[in-house]
Amino acid sequence: MTSTLRRDAPVAVGPGRRGVAVPLLAASAVLLASMTVAVSVGPAGIAPADVWASVAHHLTGLLGAGTGTAPLGPLLDGVVWELRLPRVLTAAAVGAGLALCGAVMQSLTRNPLADPYLLGLSAGASLGAVSVIVLGISLLLPVAAFVGAFLAMAAALGLAGSLGTLTPGRTVLAGLAVAQLCAAATSFVIFWSATGDSYRDILAWLMGSLAGAGWADVAIAVTAVAVLGTGLVGSARTLDAFAFGDAAATALGIDVPRTRWVLLTAVALLTGGLVAVSGSIGFVGLIVPHAVRLVVGAPHRRLLPLSALVGAIFLVWADTAARALFEPRELPVGIVTAFVGAPVFAALLWQRRTASAEL
Amino acid sequence: MSLHLDRLRWTVGGRVVVDEVDCTPPEGGLTGVLGPNGAGKSSLLRLVAGVLAADSGRAVLAGTDLLGLSRRDRARRVAFVEQESLSPAGLSVRQAVLLGRTPHTSRWGSTSARDEELAEQALLDAGALELADRELATLSGGERQRVHLARALAQEPELLLLDEPTNHLDVRAQLDTLDVVGRLTARGVTVVAALHDLNLAASACDHLVLLAQGQVVAAGSVHEVLRPELIDAVYGVRSLVLEHPETGRPVLTFTPPSRGRRSAVRAEHPAGR
Repeated sequence: MTSTLRRDAPVAVGPGRRGVAVPLLAASAVLLASMTVAVSVGPAGIAPADVWASVAHHLTGLLGAGTGTAPLGPLLDGVVWELRLPRVLTAAAVGAGLALCGAVMQSLTRNPLADPYLLGLSAGASLGAVSVIVLGISLLLPVAAFVGAFLAMAAALGLAGSLGTLTPGRTVLAGLAVAQLCAAATSFVIFWSATGDSYRDILAWLMGSLAGAGWADVAIAVTAVAVLGTGLVGSARTLDAFAFGDAAATALGIDVPRTRWVLLTAVALLTGGLVAVSGSIGFVGLIVPHAVRLVVGAPHRRLLPLSALVGAIFLVWADTAARALFEPRELPVGIVTAFVGAPVFAALLWQRRTASAEL
Repeated sequence: MSLHLDRLRWTVGGRVVVDEVDCTPPEGGLTGVLGPNGAGKSSLLRLVAGVLAADSGRAVLAGTDLLGLSRRDRARRVAFVEQESLSPAGLSVRQAVLLGRTPHTSRWGSTSARDEELAEQALLDAGALELADRELATLSGGERQRVHLARALAQEPELLLLDEPTNHLDVRAQLDTLDVVGRLTARGVTVVAALHDLNLAASACDHLVLLAQGQVVAAGSVHEVLRPELIDAVYGVRSLVLEHPETGRPVLTFTPPSRGRRSAVRAEHPAGR
């Protein structure tokens, strides 16, 4: 009566696992193909088959069953194995993690504008990162970004929790307060002490960038997504019960405050780890869950894993565009995701204009 | 299952909202909780549902204090439908009703064929089967109410708590809702519903509890509770109680109080809660 969502086809209703498997397999295949193409794109063109040959060579080498010479020659092999592959893997992991965190955040706060950075995470990470860039100790950047994100999260959750029960409204507003404070502090640090050289570093970091991602970044991002992401996907049923409101969830037997604390902390830790690797890449965690929800509906058993896969695909392509479009100059990937993401989001809002009348 | 609310009390910010409420809604009957806005009807239901934590008192269902159970164990026995449940986008009616199985299914596992059967049966019982494949957010108010009822039924409750189940519904949808409730009570489910419409309560309830400022003012049959002097004392309106020629149940008409005379008991709250 109040909100009528325009939709041409009825929502597909396929309860149980069989409704999840097919889209998951399809998205996984697309992700694998996207990563292959992404590794092959660049100034030194490498055929997709050669990409796989090189990867197979290294994998068998790691397993102690090396077959001798590299199929691509040392230079191209280095491009694949040391430069592009770690970068593409990092992009996939970061994209998956951000989209997953965004989907969980939107459900936990029942706020369509929620994203992984809601608890002041990106502002906190930025403050930490900018501080060490200005101090000239960039080696510590990932650590500083993670610590900044974690402290911001702790401050936001502490503030929200001290007001009483951890409600969506309190969570959002406490995050806003912490984010504004961190943003002001970041601006102050930049204004006070940034020099010509560090400006560029700072801007690149603030926009998010995967340039120079190596195997250490892959290890951090993939581990964080594998461990915390699995936990988040496992919370799908619980998150479903949040749909009708906190009281209804409680009446369905869910410990609402405890669930919210645990999941917010998991989201914050995962996002903090990703931000440490890549800077705060925007829009992936906001747009991808909405787009996936429009296609497969709100139940989290499908929404969460598919958001992760689509987020990975999206960021792999965005990062490929960021490094390939204006070669040899490279854009921060955050600019690409925003350029693509903002119009997509606007189109989404327009398509759902009847539903958004209530916003 | 017999329910006994034993001196339930809840305060917020030093204000007593539910004040030592003691009553015994009959087993397998519909009990209407009446009272003006702010009398504590919603809070009382939320205490029994475990959504609010009581300061003291018990809610004993078939010998077990519900307030001492874990959330999950309580949710297997008690279902609660809020006054205005959210109806989020992207959820089909069938998916929404299946969520009623949450307390009965493993947190990590998937729903079983039996869960789906029970959801289907709940849709049928709530008269919402034809809505099963629609999207929840596109339904009218009355249709949504039936879906939320179906979700509560899928929970297989012994006790069903309804907060203003007929609010904002047209007269037909109100009667449909009460019809669903009637079929449940016939099956032995105890139903407690907060109601605003005294005539609706008079026509449908087996037992009434009248609250004012958190306290039980009267409890008993519709004839015992719906009396002009009680209604005047609690609501501050003059009323005429007639008898329905077919059902014999009370039918009420109201007139405003005479000028300058407003009941001391009436809580001054703007309508809307």
